[in-house]
Amino acid sequence: MPTGAVIEFRSISKRFGGVAAVNDLSFTVEPGRVTGFLGPNGAGKTTSLRILLGLVAASSGTATFGGVRYRDLPHPLKTVGAALEAASFHPGRTARSHLGVYAIAAGLPRTRVMEVLTQVGLAAHAAQRVGGYSLGMRQRLGLAYALLGDPGVLVLDEPINGLDPEGIRWIRGFLRDMAAEGRTVLVSSHLLSEVQQSVDDVVIIARGELVHLGPLSSLDTDAAPLTIVDSPDRENLKAALTAAGIAFSIGRTGLLAATGDPALLGHLAFAAGVELSVLHRQKAGLEDSFLALVGGGHTL
Amino acid sequence: MNMFLRSVSAEFAKIFTTRLWWILAIVLFCYIGLLAGGLAALFAGIQTGVISPDAVNTGGGAVSFGSLPPLVYSFASSVGYVFPVLIGALATTGEFRHQTLTPTFLATPRRGLVLGAKTVTLVLVGAGFGVVALTASVGIGGGVLSAFGVDALLLDSETWLLVARTLLAMGLWAAIGVGLGVLVPNQVASIVIVLAFTQFVEPLLRLAASFLEVTAKIGNFLPGAASDALVGASVFTMASPAGTAPLGWWQGGFVLLGYAVAATVIGYAVSWKKDVT
Ligand SMILES: Nc1ncnc2c1ncn2[C@@H]1O[C@H](COP(=O)(O)OP(=O)(O)O)[C@@H](O)[C@H]1O
Ligand SMILES: [Mg+2]
Repeated sequence: MPTGAVIEFRSISKRFGGVAAVNDLSFTVEPGRVTGFLGPNGAGKTTSLRILLGLVAASSGTATFGGVRYRDLPHPLKTVGAALEAASFHPGRTARSHLGVYAIAAGLPRTRVMEVLTQVGLAAHAAQRVGGYSLGMRQRLGLAYALLGDPGVLVLDEPINGLDPEGIRWIRGFLRDMAAEGRTVLVSSHLLSEVQQSVDDVVIIARGELVHLGPLSSLDTDAAPLTIVDSPDRENLKAALTAAGIAFSIGRTGLLAATGDPALLGHLAFAAGVELSVLHRQKAGLEDSFLALVGGGHTL
Repeated sequence: MNMFLRSVSAEFAKIFTTRLWWILAIVLFCYIGLLAGGLAALFAGIQTGVISPDAVNTGGGAVSFGSLPPLVYSFASSVGYVFPVLIGALATTGEFRHQTLTPTFLATPRRGLVLGAKTVTLVLVGAGFGVVALTASVGIGGGVLSAFGVDALLLDSETWLLVARTLLAMGLWAAIGVGLGVLVPNQVASIVIVLAFTQFVEPLLRLAASFLEVTAKIGNFLPGAASDALVGASVFTMASPAGTAPLGWWQGGFVLLGYAVAATVIGYAVSWKKDVT
């Protein structure tokens, strides 16, 4: 069974002309775990992964597999399997000949081609031209390419995009299995909800910079907590909150106050002589924490 | 070396797993067969007097085309050279267009080696196109000549040297195509350049250059002229008025090689080694 290597990003930066796509990004990815690489569209995920794979030259910094740069790996496809966002196929080639080309280039046995096509559920379409594939089938073919060398490290860029519900369920199990076998699995997504059932760790970036790193559960406590509070006399409640310097927004069921301490609000209201009709803490979901971190969603 | 050979076989697999190569090969065969056969009939007809010189309006008198067989056989390269250029250019621009550089460079991260393997592969494929084109020009053209009673010179060593030099020229043209493809990675732009240059620009330049001795010497270094010099016969050199001596065959070969190397090296820097996004 192939074992995974540690992926290490060290101070990676990349500028495209005037645009800083990635800025001083550092993190490591451990074997035996599924790591979600998350961030909104344009955050720099694809750029970072392409730098890791030697397809894009970093402006500065290094990215390695077990200390070795991709281009220095003696057997790249046997060490790292990558499926990148863009559909990289000649439409006139069949799935089998597409994979066959790269099996030859990497010196892999031709039998691997049908093995991986079977593994991703495309065996029945092996002789079909890729030009006629659906988006979901292309995603699976991309995954088949990644698996060709039975690598210990998987780097997958948005692999869930375009999959049908059955495909999504399948890939979740697949990611878990790969990590359980001791492989390193790095999977990017712009939606936490897409991967939260399969990832152990999260690396979150926004505008090219690291904003959060840790186990999935760390998203629970990091979130800015909210307390929902309301009163028949809402204007005076707002005035009391403003006077106490507590930010709030107006939600569907009352005011969303930026504090995790309902007792504090109860005391403020009591002191201001405002009657309360609602007072309870809202536990932020992972998705809320994620959106708060990347700044794409609610401002509190 | 092992890695290089694997890359070469992968490049061969790329060519032979899409339809382009045999479509081009069939068109090449028909085109050259038609031209070589048709013009062999015309020239041989005039030379043997079957067709009266007056009928083709040459101004009367005895007409000589020199030795007909080399002229007819050289259609394989003097006209057919656009085909290896096209397949070479399509082989590289296709990688950009279909974003297959990503899986290619993932499987073989050494990009210079990949480009080298592609060039070697396409030189051989170009020579293969040479075989197709020569089959048409020698097979059909030679057959027509024989039918007119002109000796097709099939047992002449000169004929087979011409065949060998044609294969070399066709291989070099494919390498030029690869170079052009990295120089101009946009597929449509690349094809337009190939067609415009080979079908209009260069023939006109060669004609214009041929009227003065100085320009004729420079014109000898145009790729098509160099190719004809390498092969040693061409309907174009036959038609040149100033009659400057063309380059020697090996000089022509080196000029072609120079174009291929220059385009490939510059193309490597401007596109091949750049970010694949
Ligand atoms: N080839 C490129 N040229 C210029 N800018 C680019 C290029 N590729 C990406 N970018 C820019 O870099 C930023 C990060 O893009 P990307 O890495 O694709 O983000 P993500 O994959 O997280 O959506 C974006 O602002 C994008 O516009
Ligand atoms: Mg992306």
